[in-house]
Amino acid sequence: MAEFFTTNYFGIALLIIGQVLLLVVPLLVALAFLMYADRKIWAAVQMRRGPNVVGVFGLLQSFADFLKYIVKEVVFPAGADRVVFLLAPLVSLVMALIAWAVIPFSDTLVISNINVAILYVFAVSSLEVYGVIMGGWASNSKYPFLGALRSAAQMVSYEVSIGLIIIGVILSSGSMNFGNIVAAQDTGYGIFSWYWLPHFPMLILFFISALAETNRPPFDLPEAESELVAGYQVEYSSTPFLLFMIGELVAVVLMCALVTLLFFGGWLSPIPGLPDGLLWMVAKMGVVFFFFSMVKAITPRYRYDQLMRIGWKVFLPMSLGWVVFVAFAAKFDWFWGTFARWTVGG
Amino acid sequence: MTQIDYTRAAKYFLLADFVKGFALGMKYFFAPKATLNYPHEKGPLSPRFRGEHALRRYPNGEERCIACKLCEAICPAQAITIDAEPRDDGSRRTTRYDIDMTKCIYCGFCQEACPVDAIVEGPNFEFSTETREELFYDKDKLLSNGDRWEAEIARNLELDAPYR
Repeated sequence: MAEFFTTNYFGIALLIIGQVLLLVVPLLVALAFLMYADRKIWAAVQMRRGPNVVGVFGLLQSFADFLKYIVKEVVFPAGADRVVFLLAPLVSLVMALIAWAVIPFSDTLVISNINVAILYVFAVSSLEVYGVIMGGWASNSKYPFLGALRSAAQMVSYEVSIGLIIIGVILSSGSMNFGNIVAAQDTGYGIFSWYWLPHFPMLILFFISALAETNRPPFDLPEAESELVAGYQVEYSSTPFLLFMIGELVAVVLMCALVTLLFFGGWLSPIPGLPDGLLWMVAKMGVVFFFFSMVKAITPRYRYDQLMRIGWKVFLPMSLGWVVFVAFAAKFDWFWGTFARWTVGG
Repeated sequence: MTQIDYTRAAKYFLLADFVKGFALGMKYFFAPKATLNYPHEKGPLSPRFRGEHALRRYPNGEERCIACKLCEAICPAQAITIDAEPRDDGSRRTTRYDIDMTKCIYCGFCQEACPVDAIVEGPNFEFSTETREELFYDKDKLLSNGDRWEAEIARNLELDAPYR
């Protein structure tokens, strides 16, 4: 039986499809509940109740919303490029989903254990911006187009600093494979051996950049529901809009996974002695997502020039300086070798 | 050469605003909810609350309205239309009493004007309909409202009586 899945081409394809479904289905189901959690947290901070009617405690609210989106009519704006118009949300969602191929949930649970995993995630999440631009352009309307430009500029700007922050982590772990990065954080001191401690400023920077990268508040300028309607997705309705929305949220959860893997030791147990595993990874992602939601609830929106100023004049020099610092610290073993825990090479 | 405000710069880089905001957010996160769980839970209403209209009856079942048309006269939105004829027993009664609820501004002048407490605005505020036509109330509808809400209306009138 095992031979069929490893040698026969049909078997290999079946195995891969099975693995993909095993990842994507729980991810999308979790997404529905994360969307609900997001709304509940937002409501709680504002002393509201949030969705509480559909299902027990409103737990099925997201599914009701999905159903509503699906049964609504798809509206095509006059003169829209239909192919690109429908392709844009698909690009957005697919690019967000395929990045998960290299995200490990434990030392064995990973679809594709490649050695340049970080580069792959970075490349794929950069492509997400195409969905936004295509959507804005294909709508054949001024406002989505302007919204798409703003959105694209924002996502591109913050990718620069995210890239530099990741380089810092790569320098101190000596690998671009997530498994090795997590292994490099396992020095036996539990929560204090992870990279959040030596790389603390970069954790904050990465978190804020992730907010901007995924168009979350306080950097939700492309959407800005109180002033702009919805930016690049103004003309979208029904299922295409749903795809955009899911794509955005998948990207947010991906950022949660990245923060967990790069700074919080992935599936490692925070208390030495307890077993490592999938549950720790999921729990940590949940905590990071909670912070994503809280930020949405407590921060006012940035102005566009402030956003660009922070991106280029604060984050870029800081992360660049940090890369230089980490390079020296790793090379000359400063701080008792905290910054150089190479698992491969050296 | 401009002076650098080091306190402000330190606060900026330590995200002081964010930390404070987060603490405040968590405080309200666990605070009791300010909102009501509406359809299952309703806020208190004053006895003077002016909701859906009703025509009342005397305890013996006779309708109170004597077709004096004071309410029709005072209605600022001209939402009330009344026709009247003497009944077979000689008493003056309405043959038609319509309120256009889409015109009504819920000012309460009709119940103020009424000498026999016949037309009142009851405590019901949940009478939305799916069509406009359903909001053109006629006498039957108003009388049935009166029958339905009589207990609450009588209690509210009694509570409010000392102030009138």
